[in-house]
Amino acid sequence: MGNFDLLMHGFAIAITPMHLMLMVGGVLMGLVVGVLPGLGAPNGVSLLIPLTFALDPTSAIILLSSMYWGALFGGSTTSILFNIPGEPSSVATTFDGYPMARSGQSTRALTLAFMSAGIGALIGVVVITLLAGWASKFAMRFGAPEYFAVYFLAFAAFIGMGSAAPMKTLVSLTTGLLLASVGMDTVTGEIRLTFGLNELLSGISFLVVVIGLFGIGELLSTVQEGLRFRGVASKIDLRDVLKTMAELPRYWATTIRSGLVGIWMGITPGGPTAASFMSYGIARQASRKGEPFGTGRPEGIVAPETADHSAGSCAMLPMLALGVPSSATAAVMMGGLMIWGLTPGPMLFATKPDFVWGLIASMYVSNLIGVILVLATVPMFAALLRIPFTIIGPMIVVICFVGGYTVSNSSFDLWLVLVFGLVGYLFTKLNYPLAPLVLAMVLGHKAENAFHQSMILSDGSLAIFFSNTLVASIMAIGIALLVLPKTLQLGSRLRRRVPVE
Amino acid sequence: MTKTRTAVAAAALMLAAVPALAEWAPNRPVEFVVASGAGGGSDNFARTIQSALTRNDLFSAPIVVLNKGGGSGAEAFLYARQNAGDANKLIFGTNNVYLLPHVAKLAYSAEDLQPVAALALDEFLIWVKADAPYETALDLVEAAKAAPGTIPFGGSQSKDTDETLVALIEQTTGADFKYVPFNGGGEVAVQLAGGHVAANVNNPNENLGQWQAGAVRPLCVFSPQRMAESEPVSGDMGWHDIPTCKEQGLEIESYQMPRTIWLPAGTDPEVLAYYQDALRKVAETPEWQDYLAKTSQTGAVLVGEELASFIETNETGTVKVFEAEGWTAN
Repeated sequence: MGNFDLLMHGFAIAITPMHLMLMVGGVLMGLVVGVLPGLGAPNGVSLLIPLTFALDPTSAIILLSSMYWGALFGGSTTSILFNIPGEPSSVATTFDGYPMARSGQSTRALTLAFMSAGIGALIGVVVITLLAGWASKFAMRFGAPEYFAVYFLAFAAFIGMGSAAPMKTLVSLTTGLLLASVGMDTVTGEIRLTFGLNELLSGISFLVVVIGLFGIGELLSTVQEGLRFRGVASKIDLRDVLKTMAELPRYWATTIRSGLVGIWMGITPGGPTAASFMSYGIARQASRKGEPFGTGRPEGIVAPETADHSAGSCAMLPMLALGVPSSATAAVMMGGLMIWGLTPGPMLFATKPDFVWGLIASMYVSNLIGVILVLATVPMFAALLRIPFTIIGPMIVVICFVGGYTVSNSSFDLWLVLVFGLVGYLFTKLNYPLAPLVLAMVLGHKAENAFHQSMILSDGSLAIFFSNTLVASIMAIGIALLVLPKTLQLGSRLRRRVPVE
Repeated sequence: MTKTRTAVAAAALMLAAVPALAEWAPNRPVEFVVASGAGGGSDNFARTIQSALTRNDLFSAPIVVLNKGGGSGAEAFLYARQNAGDANKLIFGTNNVYLLPHVAKLAYSAEDLQPVAALALDEFLIWVKADAPYETALDLVEAAKAAPGTIPFGGSQSKDTDETLVALIEQTTGADFKYVPFNGGGEVAVQLAGGHVAANVNNPNENLGQWQAGAVRPLCVFSPQRMAESEPVSGDMGWHDIPTCKEQGLEIESYQMPRTIWLPAGTDPEVLAYYQDALRKVAETPEWQDYLAKTSQTGAVLVGEELASFIETNETGTVKVFEAEGWTAN
């Protein structure tokens, strides 16, 4: 078992006082970066890169990756407490996390999120440890049609059993697709839908939209409903944390499923955001009856968080082994790698075992540190909800706008935050689902590129999506997820003549 | 007589002013505006210079790197236009600064930026999958002639350096490839290694990892001479062992991409002198030499006249390709 020896060797490198210090520091900085919306992990990591010039590459990557884990943990905090996703990949956590916190169980929601995040990360690292060689070969089989199939599957899994009215889902989805196509198109090199505005040249940032839709939109609803949080401040007790941890084994099926989705999306560049949406969608379809999703179901928190983190960890693999980053943060780290003089690629594992296995070992340790640190902060964060709205409300407005500005230092984005705040408010009032819009913004452009590339390769024939077993089976699962739930629903409705739900 | 005297006086003044010229120094943090996303080629270029300046204390002011890669880098160049005359902003790009306005209608022109220096030339090679039947560039060209429009050629972006080179090969040889644009060089490298495209024209650094692993191999390099001697990279083959495309009978003498640094137009000459001086020193640092070796780029410090004539040759040559392909926006 060569990998095991190498891992042990990696632990010897990773566990030194200096490296442990870097991990704690990195995770803490990451938490701060993650909690602030807009200032996401990619920004945080690129701010840190100059500091790493003085470190050796192994210490540098340990610092940067620890910061990434910290940011992933921190991102869920504001999603749950204020409905403002701190990171793009924690959008799906808001769907059930926020309602749960609002019903007075903020400690439970946070603990669930952090614990499943930790478990997800662990699943991811174990996979990297065991399957390093195999996984990069698997990723190599993905060409343009396979990518499109994966994105199609993500859409299908999420939308197949949406509870909102189909027409409203369609409106929301197409709005998202439209927004995603603004800016310069990779495949044709044409500039689209900018209406001559220079600010729109680089497209509409997904993060800015999300901050507006969720942060400002929610705030407006709160204001309308009487200037206070609907959350009942719960008694904060460390025992709640332990009680929630004991509850976790009940969700083992969701955890395993989401872990697998995360691994897959991490290795094939779908990324953590796609992973969290897809896994939320699948959890919703697969879970047994109970209170509906979106009202604070524990599985609704466990699923996206587990997938998010296992994808985040697994994303390190294609970055190291193929030089293809499957998340924005991995792209920044790859830039760092090149500056430190390392070439990502299949040979990195053979030529720099100290670096690679030191990093992998550090992922075990720093995620453990991360879980401990965030769990310790749960009572503190949960206490934030006790602050009167008149104080915290204005602060959220400030955080939203600062976050919106930080994304690309553009004051035009402040207007976008405001506009999308209104859109978010209207959507919520009129019962239009926000999730399809967000999903379309994340994946729309990628899916479009992959589709366009496939069409160039096949001279316009759709048969390319069924041209080999891999792509055909992904497409088949996608179509099944899209069609089956509705058909089954229809079937049972016809038989029993009673509406389901 | 008076004229001569004035001229002499002016000359004397200018001479006296020379030491003063070098005395401008940034008094605020300097922004390194990068015309690519984080992790892209221009980003690594800018961050290496940042590291060389910081580690060797060549720069008094703090440096902030800003990525403005939107619209294939146009975002960064528009930013330069909006900040005309600002001496505390340096823009890092390639030849996209002066080529982009030819293919897309954009609200800036190359005159909005002042060239400071080019520090490196990145090479282009034709790469194929390791087990492909092609041994030389001409084999690939012949195959494309035999089956026009069927051989997929991967590259990054559309109407950018990669597609231009493929178009140039087509125009020179009469072959017809199927060009498929991807997001970046790393992605194209994996697409080739996985056999989803038949060839690409990646820079050395973008395909290095896959070459080391023996998944892809180079056919030829588009430079006037072979690349510098190096340690063997893959098997017993090093960069110097790759023939030039001209040697193989593909009549393209040279196709290289400069790594360039620009100021917003309208700054004082002493500002330009200050940065040129700092960048010349960067070119001598071990960090920079290391970067060149690791990324297999050719070091070339071009400033002033030399830079201007390089840009002109490069621009006219490329625009000819654009015109033949019908890509010009105006």
